[in-house]
Amino acid sequence: MGKMIKIGMAELNICTPPDAITTLGLGSCVGVVLYDPAKKVCGMVHVMLPDSTKIKNNTNRAKFADTGIEDLMNEVLKLGAARRNLVAKIAGGAQMFAFKSDNDMLRVGDRNVEATKNKLKQLQIPIIAEDTGKNSGRTIEFYPESGELLIKSVGKTPYKI
Amino acid sequence: MTDGQIINEMQFDVLREIGNIGSGNAATALAKMLNQKIDIKVPKAALCDFNQLPQAVGGEETIVVGILLTLSDDVEGMMMFIMKVDAAYNLLGKLMFTEIDKNEPLNEMQMSCLQEIGNIITGAYLSSLSDLTRLTIQASVPYMALDMAGAILSVPAIEFGKLGDKALMIEAEFGEDTENEIGGYFLLIPTLESYGAIMASLGIG
Repeated sequence: MGKMIKIGMAELNICTPPDAITTLGLGSCVGVVLYDPAKKVCGMVHVMLPDSTKIKNNTNRAKFADTGIEDLMNEVLKLGAARRNLVAKIAGGAQMFAFKSDNDMLRVGDRNVEATKNKLKQLQIPIIAEDTGKNSGRTIEFYPESGELLIKSVGKTPYKI
Repeated sequence: MTDGQIINEMQFDVLREIGNIGSGNAATALAKMLNQKIDIKVPKAALCDFNQLPQAVGGEETIVVGILLTLSDDVEGMMMFIMKVDAAYNLLGKLMFTEIDKNEPLNEMQMSCLQEIGNIITGAYLSSLSDLTRLTIQASVPYMALDMAGAILSVPAIEFGKLGDKALMIEAEFGEDTENEIGGYFLLIPTLESYGAIMASLGIG
């Protein structure tokens, strides 16, 4: 058994078998896994906000979908992944509170998912699995050996995508 | 205030004092509802990395009840009250005079009751902030969610995240004893401008 590498909000890290990588309690943030199925190397980033260019204080690049995914890709490539093999699995972006208003501040989950998809499209990395939106938190674990992303939510049976 | 991350010691003390008075009022409201004495601990105000927010309530995967209100008028932002799920069940049990099975999910009546408790507690807190600062604060209806602490706290963390990598947490614990704890934690998340407004109105801008 390998160890479980944990990343927190606005952090990114890389991982190779037999280790696995996890982030706990994703809410409106999005967890992005980039993976090379041939080389079995991967990385995960926990992004909180869609766009670094909209925020003045943007030194922490892993916090934003645009810069975080770019940095993650570079890290995974450094680890030996081939650019053309890269695939993505994404989870998160829930709307934690059932707001009736369309207050922009409260729809950040949707916007994070949208920004993540746009960035991946721009980098030409296909999304092969996703579990986004809805209204519950998720703990996610990625196993580079099998390429499976395990998702756990409160009151639900864990499932793999 | 030019930078959300820089808070001097005096401003910090003031924020803690607001936390103190606010949670005192909230505990009084709660004591009236329950018709019993409630002790409050001295609140802690901490400026921590938003990563550490879930740790303060027992870790990312701890199940908590989060009640969120959005603020408008002179102070804009959010206010959140968080209770561990055990504390929420204890509180409900006391209010509804029944023992509540902690393995059962909450029914609609219980959810609505918790939401109202959250409303009263946060209302007491906000009115003391409003009194102290003489600022008008409008709160939305309360929104409630029961989920992992990490997921619930991602909502305020994202708001803080727009300003910097730190979050201001006023931890106000109250309860009768540790076993039958019925307390919670407050997070006040003013926008950067409103934060300045609070400080300025207290004469320490």
